[in-house]
Amino acid sequence: MEEYIRKQIDQELTIISNEKIANDVYRMSLNGDTSLITAPGQFINIKVPGFYLRRPISISDYDDEGVTIIYKVVGNGTDALCRMRPGDTLMCLMGLGNGFDVNACGDHTLLVGGGVGTPPIYGLAKALLALGKRVTVVLGFGSQGDVFYEDEFKDLSKILSGKDLDVRVATVDGSYGTKGFVTDCLKGLDDVTDYCACGPIPMLKALYGYYDGKILGQLSFEERMGCGFGACVGCSLNTKSGFKKVCKDGPIFWSQDVIF
Amino acid sequence: MVDISTELSGVKLDNPIIPASGTFGFGAEFNNLYDINILGSFSFKGTTKEPRFGNPTPRIAECRDGMINSVGLANPGIDAVINEELPALRDVFHKPIIANISGFSVDEYKYCCERMNKEDQVEILEVNISCPNVHAGGMAFGTTPDAAAEVTAAVKSVTDKPVYMKLSPNVTSITDIAVACEAAGADGISLINTLLGMRIDIKRGRPVIANKMGGFSGPAIFPVAVRMVYQVYDAVNIPIIGMGGVSTAEDVIEMMMAGASAVEVGAANLVDPFTCPKIIERLPKLCEELKINKLTDIIGRAHG
Repeated sequence: MEEYIRKQIDQELTIISNEKIANDVYRMSLNGDTSLITAPGQFINIKVPGFYLRRPISISDYDDEGVTIIYKVVGNGTDALCRMRPGDTLMCLMGLGNGFDVNACGDHTLLVGGGVGTPPIYGLAKALLALGKRVTVVLGFGSQGDVFYEDEFKDLSKILSGKDLDVRVATVDGSYGTKGFVTDCLKGLDDVTDYCACGPIPMLKALYGYYDGKILGQLSFEERMGCGFGACVGCSLNTKSGFKKVCKDGPIFWSQDVIF
Repeated sequence: MVDISTELSGVKLDNPIIPASGTFGFGAEFNNLYDINILGSFSFKGTTKEPRFGNPTPRIAECRDGMINSVGLANPGIDAVINEELPALRDVFHKPIIANISGFSVDEYKYCCERMNKEDQVEILEVNISCPNVHAGGMAFGTTPDAAAEVTAAVKSVTDKPVYMKLSPNVTSITDIAVACEAAGADGISLINTLLGMRIDIKRGRPVIANKMGGFSGPAIFPVAVRMVYQVYDAVNIPIIGMGGVSTAEDVIEMMMAGASAVEVGAANLVDPFTCPKIIERLPKLCEELKINKLTDIIGRAHG
């Protein structure tokens, strides 16, 4: 079959670790070919044994050896995923979606993660810090038990820039950090040049409203997908520049293009 | 050497494998992954007169061995299909194309088929009178013999290309509809479209899909599709394109033994984008194992 294949996006990855890091939230590291991943914010589409459709999960981190994903158990498919063990293998469509445009980020980029929208923001922070860019991180969660990766962001900054990173956390019930939402954590950040965010649509909308179109944002959207590579048109989003596929044209869209 | 070629109303296909409409776009996504010229043909995304966003999202749900979609005929509209998609496709795809046409009125079906009639690379018109995801038109034309015949006669009057009517399984008697299409001049029958289905999220107590119901497809519906192809083969004398849950070369053989002259592969493309190349590679070997020298010899074999 090799002669007709142009791009083998269906790769077998081997689970290295799969551990719980917060309420219903797991981190899985997988080993395998990552050469098709081109930008933070992309996702992989995982064939979980026993389930028909694949599960699209954003990439939190990757290197030449493998990828790390962080996912929440929300149904039977992710429940089966969290029970898989090191050594098990998964077929994954690799390097899907456009990813964040790191070159478009300005002098001080605000990075915002809401719940399990946080993982791709970690990969983006890593890429921007490696480029010597300044970032501030704001994370929003429901409650203290849902919080993850605050320290990982801080450690990332120490390793890559030798500096302390401003990481702010909000919880809806106030059990950790600032009580409220990510937009309640933005005081004193007047020199922010742009923002990148991944999380629930109400969070993206609140950020868009907070900045009132004055600075540009890159917003990562989520939608139930059929294929994940642009074939089925299941995950459409109506934007100011026309109908877009979340899986292929996104999942990252420019804030001024989104119809809230 | 096994001959896996087949024919639909005089249109020769190198093999019987045709990606089904709505699972293959206009080919570009798959052409990035493999050379789509290995396909027998493909049926492009259902096209309507006007551009359509389709139904609200979420419009995909998972099922055991299948999926539900309520995409709702999202497409760029016939002007963009003719002016942008088909020229782009012409550069990369050199096999016959099946144009899948949908509509909300008899006039719209006629209008779109008349436009497609002028497109040289389009060799077959597949007229979808079976979309379960639109409230007006769509499946409404495919659920009574009279309405199905009316659309068939209308589109036949504006095209000299072979017309295949794509039928809905959501009917009491599939053979009555197929016979009515044949009598009205249809050159062939495509079946089955998706089964009307529904899932409910038990945590929220609400339908998973925004539009509540959608079209159920995937391996779970394969036995229904085989049964309907078998019944229609007995009832008509025109070729059948069989589809519904086909995922393997074995499924292709089974569908052809039921009576299909060619086979469309739908949902499987979405789960494994390399399904069609895998089937095409496996098919000659499977034929050898089954002692089939010429694939067309098995069409309808199960009828004895």
